[in-house]
Amino acid sequence: MPKRNDIHKILVLGSGPIIIGQAAEFDYSGTQACLALREEGYEVVLVNSNPATIMTDHEIADQVYLEPLTADVVTKIIRQEAPDALLPTLGGQVALNLAVALAENGILEEMDVKLLGTGLKSIAQAEDREKFKQLMLDLGEPVPASQTVNTVDQALNFAEETGYPVIVRPAYTMGGTGGGICQSQADLARIVKNGLELSPVNQCLIEQSIAGMREVEFEVMRDAADNALVVCSMENFDPVGIHTGDSIVFAPTQTLSDREYQMLRDCALKLIRALKIEGGCNVQLAMSATSMDYYVIEVNPRVSRSSALASKATGYPIAKMAAKIAVGLNLTEIKNPVTKTTYAEFEPALDYVVAKIPRWPFDKFPQADRQVKTQMKATGEVMALGRNAEEALSKAVQSLEISTHDLYLPKAHALNDELLAKNLIHATDERLFYLAEALRRGWTLDDVAELTKINRYFLDIVLHLIELEKTAQEHPFESQALKEAKYYGLSDETLARLWETEPQKVRAFRTEQKILPAYKMVDTCAAEFAADTPYFYSTYGEHNESRPSAKSSVLVIGSGPIRIGQGVEFDYATVHCVKAIQSAGYEAIVMNSNPETVSTDFSISDKLYFEPLTAEKVLDVIELEQPLGVILQFGGQTAINLADTLAKNGVQILGTDLDSLNRAENRDEFDQVIKQLKLRQPDGKIALNAKEAADGANELGYPVLVRPSYVLGGRAMQIVNNDEELQNYLEQNLAEVGNKPILVDQYLQGRECEVDALCDGQNVLLPGIMEHIERAGIHSGDSMAVYPPQHLSAAVKAEIVEITQKLAVALHCIGIMNIQFIIAAEKVYVLEVNPRASRTVPFLSKITGLEMAQVATRIILGQSLQEQGLKAGLLPEPSKKFVKAPVFSFSKLDDSDSFLGPEMKSTGEVMGSDERYSNALLKAFMGAGFSLPANGSILLTISDSDKPAVTEIAHRFARIGYRLYATAGTAQLLAKANLPTTTVTKVGEKAAASKESKIIDLISSEKVDLVINTMGNDQAQNSDGFLIRQTAIRHNVLLLTSLDTVSALLLALEGQFLTTTPL
Amino acid sequence: MKRYLTLEDGTVYEGQAFGGSSTSAGELVFTTGMTGYQETMTDDSYAGQLVIFTNPLLGNYGVSLADNEDLEPACAGVICRQLARVTDSWRASESLDSFMQRHNLPGISGIDTRELTQKLRTKGSMRALITDEVLPAEKLPAELIQDQIASFAAVKNQQRPYRIPGSGFTIVVVDFGAKQSILRELIKRDCNLVVVPSSSTAEQILSFAPDGVLLSNGPGDPQNYPDALPMIQKIQEKTVIFGICLGHQLFARANGAQTFKMKFGHRGFNHPVQEVATGETRFTSQNHGYAVDAASLDQTLLTKTYVELNDQTVEGLRHKKFPAASVQFHPDASPGPHDSVAVFDDFIAMITAQQEEKYAQKK
Repeated sequence: MPKRNDIHKILVLGSGPIIIGQAAEFDYSGTQACLALREEGYEVVLVNSNPATIMTDHEIADQVYLEPLTADVVTKIIRQEAPDALLPTLGGQVALNLAVALAENGILEEMDVKLLGTGLKSIAQAEDREKFKQLMLDLGEPVPASQTVNTVDQALNFAEETGYPVIVRPAYTMGGTGGGICQSQADLARIVKNGLELSPVNQCLIEQSIAGMREVEFEVMRDAADNALVVCSMENFDPVGIHTGDSIVFAPTQTLSDREYQMLRDCALKLIRALKIEGGCNVQLAMSATSMDYYVIEVNPRVSRSSALASKATGYPIAKMAAKIAVGLNLTEIKNPVTKTTYAEFEPALDYVVAKIPRWPFDKFPQADRQVKTQMKATGEVMALGRNAEEALSKAVQSLEISTHDLYLPKAHALNDELLAKNLIHATDERLFYLAEALRRGWTLDDVAELTKINRYFLDIVLHLIELEKTAQEHPFESQALKEAKYYGLSDETLARLWETEPQKVRAFRTEQKILPAYKMVDTCAAEFAADTPYFYSTYGEHNESRPSAKSSVLVIGSGPIRIGQGVEFDYATVHCVKAIQSAGYEAIVMNSNPETVSTDFSISDKLYFEPLTAEKVLDVIELEQPLGVILQFGGQTAINLADTLAKNGVQILGTDLDSLNRAENRDEFDQVIKQLKLRQPDGKIALNAKEAADGANELGYPVLVRPSYVLGGRAMQIVNNDEELQNYLEQNLAEVGNKPILVDQYLQGRECEVDALCDGQNVLLPGIMEHIERAGIHSGDSMAVYPPQHLSAAVKAEIVEITQKLAVALHCIGIMNIQFIIAAEKVYVLEVNPRASRTVPFLSKITGLEMAQVATRIILGQSLQEQGLKAGLLPEPSKKFVKAPVFSFSKLDDSDSFLGPEMKSTGEVMGSDERYSNALLKAFMGAGFSLPANGSILLTISDSDKPAVTEIAHRFARIGYRLYATAGTAQLLAKANLPTTTVTKVGEKAAASKESKIIDLISSEKVDLVINTMGNDQAQNSDGFLIRQTAIRHNVLLLTSLDTVSALLLALEGQFLTTTPL
Repeated sequence: MKRYLTLEDGTVYEGQAFGGSSTSAGELVFTTGMTGYQETMTDDSYAGQLVIFTNPLLGNYGVSLADNEDLEPACAGVICRQLARVTDSWRASESLDSFMQRHNLPGISGIDTRELTQKLRTKGSMRALITDEVLPAEKLPAELIQDQIASFAAVKNQQRPYRIPGSGFTIVVVDFGAKQSILRELIKRDCNLVVVPSSSTAEQILSFAPDGVLLSNGPGDPQNYPDALPMIQKIQEKTVIFGICLGHQLFARANGAQTFKMKFGHRGFNHPVQEVATGETRFTSQNHGYAVDAASLDQTLLTKTYVELNDQTVEGLRHKKFPAASVQFHPDASPGPHDSVAVFDDFIAMITAQQEEKYAQKK
């Protein structure tokens, strides 16, 4: 079928903010889809609330709406734009659910908007548990015994019949939210109750457990002519029972014989045909380890995280093909973009092994439950390719950017056998390291397989790596041992650990012995056809296929896996850097390890190396490619952390040089600069041990802010109020801090704001000042922010501009940097400087139209601001207001504390914009999922320090028409102000039955629409506060922990609902 | 232990030995299938060939005798990047290494199979030798490959006809090296099978009163089977014929078409094949180094029924006059996708139609 000519304008829905279960993969798929549609000549209108994405760039779509992804808002856009068609299958679950809502509200019919891609009926058939089960029965495909329930009793009855364990899967939730495996009645009752609440249709599926079977996934595609194919097969290292997003995954399948594989492939294709999928689809299957029995687990009728992984694992661009299929093209008429000679109707053949390991956020949530089960907890993932499974796994571990480069974790080493076994049975994010430890202790493959149900073939990969470590350790600086270690993927860092030397010395020896990496191409066809895909991975002991280009090139380091503090914003900046390098006439080479992102789409750069972002791998690529230099400013802290080693190895760091980076990041040197420039900053001390920290804190006076130097996203940063809290902090974080100094700073209560500065060494351009809505103390990534600033005087703004100019020049910034300020009593204090692109780059770039990363890149390549036609100083501020709001994923992380502080906790962000500030706020809140009714009720649980401000807040809620609930102290205060308040019993007041006390009941019964809880700083109250917050999150009740956010919300609500006051 | 792979162009690759210990020569070919190494090794069409597996891992799920395509491996040697150390499959009765040792099939691992594949892709297929010591290229015995295929054919010629009873149509399978999966598909369709040696004459075949004749797959150049052509010419006038792989090529040649040696052949599971009549595309299992020359079809009574989507290779033929057809790919899969298994139903349908016609004529 040729493409459709009856449509011209297509509305594409994005996936909104990044949350656990819905990350950068949808930026990748959405971007690909938009580009594919435009390539076919269609006009593309895009809606997404997430400003950090590449898909919301003007270059990607003809019209971009950075608006909340709600049915109301999109309905308005449909009326305004009158698109001919809607494509919802590339924006994750959010877009699918939205398409269903738009179909239901009648706007699609009214405006004659055709739905492209897989039809809603098919989507419902795949997503509605009951319909799906019926379809499987009709097709004769096996599914585990299951029952859809709407009440807890129904669930208990089912489990009584089939026996425990059973799995709970709430309907229409993403990433398995609210699901879990239940071993007992009590578990089941609790999880089902929660699952019913989280499901928008109050429905859960209770299922016979097939935990322990092999988990296999197929990424399949189908077109309207019924051509169907498997793009990629994947097999989970972890058996069924752990969410595939939390599983280590290998591609292609590793333990299936042809008979098993083809049986499952038949099933996957049968399903995609029965569901009439038009585009991409993911099929998850469970394969018995002891018979030919298999079960269908689920089908995702859209592109997904797995399809992004499959695309990067094979080179086959699923989302792009899915978009083309959606407009009527068939797989037999689309050319394979990799070979350019064969067709898209092609099943990739791999001649390498791919390993994916999830990246979890537990470093940010020390209290959170680390167990991985059926609900996804990872924020991102890494992928690595190798010519053997050991190499792939080993490189994936190196890509994680955690405290280890290999399978050795001191923490696992310290456990006794009993605890070790426990950690194998109850999988956590660190199970891989516990497995390694068990095998190191001589536990047999059988022992470990018994405890984990992991296939011995997979376990042997781990064992082999450990044996290689042992051999290497016994033969320090011996060529043969080194050769073998490298052949199976061990890093120079690991060898340095084993040889008790520096990685640098291993590298020198390796180079001397000519043990050098070779690069192989990813070509979809195992070399059967000629391809010129500029997509490579490293291996050892083989022939090198990557030829450095004759043209001058620049290497750009990406930002690695998505994690809290380092999200899709950095990928945005990386991609823009690439564009600027190319338009300046150089070749752009990208290195990155994250399969979810746009930057690892090989069509974005001139050459892509899918590699761990370690000094070793980066140096290897540099030695081969001999680029003009490397750009580190856009890859977040990941890239910046490489600066030292790269510079020591003589690599040209383009832009701000190493000395200047150190001046910004090294506390002492930075203090010198501040002093020289006569700027203000909160007083601070550097402590090398606990005693020095305590002395420093007392000298400065509490409260103080403590943190390790060189941190990412405020990790391990805390405000402490006294010596005791400081001691607690140091005890908890000493391991993390290691031998790096601890910073102790005076804590100023003021208004926080930040700027990004573009500097060519002489002139400085400030695209804008972002004012934080919450006062200092909450991490900038977790703060709401507004541009242009709403509360800064002209004098303060002028001072910010002046300080920025001075600092940028003094720090020899060439490119971009970010400065955070605190304004206290009209005085401007410098809080910190990040000598790199920050999280706010995409936000401000989109608003101001100034592509900041591109401007910075051109500066780095030698073009001054003036040469770029840009003036120094602050850009003029628009009248329109733009609000950024953070989005959190607490509901996915059991036992994580949602109280906001200096440690970053949000996973994503949204933008709201309007001429009126209150409307911009409202849209930001809507985008972040804060939809409140006109008449609701709120619960106030306020710390003593916040009590003075609570009356006004309560008053404003009352004037909108809200009922007030509060604990005794606050209630008395409100009563005094003539505000009718219902008093609720505090957590602690009935010590005997603390968990069931009244305040918890009130939240659990969802009688309140919003919980305001500010009891976080105060240690004594914090346990109560924690319980209250946990309850709110478990029951999906909106929660705010800062009164500043509450004030902003009130401003929005007052505009939305109006208020009533007596004359 | 070290082992060497010497190519006819003189290149020597060093790797590790596994499997059997014999010296082995053959035509070097690569397959891109990611599963099914056992089926591939025991597929008689690989007789006389050294098979490179582009999938970097071999032996990962062991060997299960039920998956054999013949009783013994047919290929001359196995080349791979890595042999799995551990197998954990309930289906496996032994490791690949032990299976290959039992059958004295030499293997070599640790080879840069991707580079080797690229070499074959650009230079075309080559002869090579697996040895335990370095051998100069000029020592590569040129006739050895041909001998192997010839001796294989001789074995197939000597076998006695045997019967696999069934209650449906009687099918004579002419065994040039038939895969078990072809027999299995016919058995699934209740056929009464008589498997005869490839040297059988038309008279001998017709003496079994077949409802249909299946020309099986087999190794080597179709030109090496001159006796099969008159046999096919006679049979197609009498009964329904269906050819697979080598059988397809022989059917084409018997009807005046030409075959040629491909640069490096089609070996793998991901070849999209389009049915000319419907435009439908299916993924097929393929293993052939020769193909039917499309241009040579013009002077024949053959029409193309299937083509490979990417390079337009002739993948299926039908006779315009007789109830006879053939496919170049393996509808029996094993290894590979099952997408085209319905081709066997087409064969049965052809027989049914033929029977009905005969019945009508009799009436």
